[in-house]
Amino acid sequence: MTEPAVADRPAGERVPAIEAVDVSRTYQLDGVSVEALRGVSLTVQPGDYVALVGPSGSGKSTLMHLLGGLDRPTGGRLVIGGRDVNALAPPEMATLRNETIGFVFQAFHLLPRTSAVENVALPLVYRGVSARQRRERAAAMLGRVGLGHRLDHRPNQMSGGEQQRVAIARALVTEPTVLLADEPTGNLDSVTGAAVLELLEQLNAESGVALVMVTHDQEVAARAHRRITMRDGVVVADSAHPRSAHDRPPSVDHGRPATLVPAPSAEPRSASGSGPGHPSGGSGGAAGATGRLPREVERPEALPRDAVPGDAVAREGGAGAREVERPGGAA
Amino acid sequence: MRVAEAWRVALDALRANRLRSALTMLGVIIGVASVVLLVAIGTGTKQKVEQQVEGLGSNLLLVVPGRIEVGNAPVVSPLTLKDVDAVTRVVGDPDRVAVTVASGATARAGARSDFTTVQGVLETTPAVFTRSLARGRYLTGTDVDTSRRVAVLGDSVAHALFPDRDPLGQQVALAGVRFRVIGVFAPLGQSLGVDRDDEVHVPVTAAQRLWGTQRVDGIAVKAPDRERIDELGERIVAELNRRHPDTEFSAVTQQQILGVLGDILGVLTGVLAAIAGISLLVGGVGVSNIMLVSVRERTREIGLRKAVGARPRDIGVQFLLEAVLLTTIGGLTGMALGVGTALLVDALSPIPAAITWWSLALAFGVSAVVGIVFGVVPAQRAGRLDPVVALRTE
Repeated sequence: MTEPAVADRPAGERVPAIEAVDVSRTYQLDGVSVEALRGVSLTVQPGDYVALVGPSGSGKSTLMHLLGGLDRPTGGRLVIGGRDVNALAPPEMATLRNETIGFVFQAFHLLPRTSAVENVALPLVYRGVSARQRRERAAAMLGRVGLGHRLDHRPNQMSGGEQQRVAIARALVTEPTVLLADEPTGNLDSVTGAAVLELLEQLNAESGVALVMVTHDQEVAARAHRRITMRDGVVVADSAHPRSAHDRPPSVDHGRPATLVPAPSAEPRSASGSGPGHPSGGSGGAAGATGRLPREVERPEALPRDAVPGDAVAREGGAGAREVERPGGAA
Repeated sequence: MRVAEAWRVALDALRANRLRSALTMLGVIIGVASVVLLVAIGTGTKQKVEQQVEGLGSNLLLVVPGRIEVGNAPVVSPLTLKDVDAVTRVVGDPDRVAVTVASGATARAGARSDFTTVQGVLETTPAVFTRSLARGRYLTGTDVDTSRRVAVLGDSVAHALFPDRDPLGQQVALAGVRFRVIGVFAPLGQSLGVDRDDEVHVPVTAAQRLWGTQRVDGIAVKAPDRERIDELGERIVAELNRRHPDTEFSAVTQQQILGVLGDILGVLTGVLAAIAGISLLVGGVGVSNIMLVSVRERTREIGLRKAVGARPRDIGVQFLLEAVLLTTIGGLTGMALGVGTALLVDALSPIPAAITWWSLALAFGVSAVVGIVFGVVPAQRAGRLDPVVALRTE
């Protein structure tokens, strides 16, 4: 099925793991249409490491659900693993999720009263893998996430970090092409969160699974090779395509200076990523944003409107966000 | 997902909620147990009555005046011992003919008294009705021919009048006339609430003299074989009609009696089973209710399962199997409980109970069907759940 798509591409270009073209998602709530996504286009390549950032209500979660095949777009074209989502019936969507997507949730979502190895083996159940093989593969996967000694522990017998490792093992046991992580460190303390993040990065580097991560944490976002910023249902910045971000009306990116951090970088993978200085990426990004500051200050009329999203920036607590706000407030 | 896997998942879910699963099953358990128990009691009663009717003796033909139909008033018998002689000629064997003339009377012995039924009979009664004695002897032809005032007591009467003495040889006053006790029947027990040991047999001639009558209430004939029993009955009825043109006579066989009683008791059993079935239905509604609660409670689990690749059908099957497991495990437990209770009732109380395979099969089948019927709606609901909404639920 994917053959024609491959043939259409210029030689050398990779087959995208996920391709969204002008995707929109409208909800009907009590007869009122709510546009959660308004024409999002993006491509996730195998092995990508993408941070998806944006304030609450910006459409991050909706986009994640679409990218994970949990939901369908109401407009546009969404191709996951070479298959057009709009052409798939619910059972086929389930199979598609099982084969190509791994989910990691903020709240872990492990089955209670079920051992770690059985939790990890769960996706294989729906793939028809035999019980013995399931256990073998789940145990091996738990070993890879450093929980080889915790096979028969139940979620309530494990720490938060361990539970999230189990969830990561579950997401990867099917060897998916994309790992979608929705604030994977959101329920963890900073030390545990950092360890979980390192694990995700390591798995991304080792196995070539694309890692798409929703996060509010600027430090976390700064470590990604690519950052996609959303607001009001559209992508306002994508570090993989810096120019496309400029194509948007300027007013859209106001007051979110922190989200513009990696924009000046032309080559995202080398700019942040696993370079020696990457833990300080937050402050480095802030410096880049500060360079763009004059444009923001030139449009003071936009500031009141941005007061609300500014809250979100403050809550995200990134060092860069505060540094940017300081000069903005001075003006 | 494989079927075996689905069963395991469903069983795990039930195990995870032991108390709730048990309480849900309780409705089904009670329903199935009551179906099994009540059908057992109905069947046991029917069987016991049949045994008793058959225990009267085999190939029995009861000849009575009047027509045997529900709603017909009893007819005063025009029969006498002369008619009995005529019937005996038709039958051709005096040993096969028994008679009765019966009336309530007070029996006294010393200071003790007991109101009982006094039956005037021929010496042939034990042979025709298969009665046996515990002590002494039965009436003889001479006793009948000479209207001797001798009596054979039923077990209850013997105990009432002679609780601490051997009744043999003692005097007993029947309706004020003294009779000598020559025998005591072996106990027969109860039948349809009637104490069959509450009777006294005396020679029919003595009884007729006691009450100043020539009457015989009914004639019983033991037919030589089953094939000719109807034909024999017709010949007897024809002879009696010839002798008493103004009266109708009926000859009924045990099979006819059993047929009528069986119909009545069958209806009774059916009504009992229907009442029990209603409780089974209520149990099914309980299952449905709990499954709906379970679907709501495990919304996040459903969302997660869908996220990792469960198809709507996988989820639906899982919840349907849970409902079916609830009702079938409940059904099996209910069957065990019903059988156990029925055996206890049969052993410890005068109520007879007999387990029938069809009631077990029916109760189990109905409980399984109840599980499917009442599990479908919750299962569909679970299967259709939107994974996005399900995962967001806290």
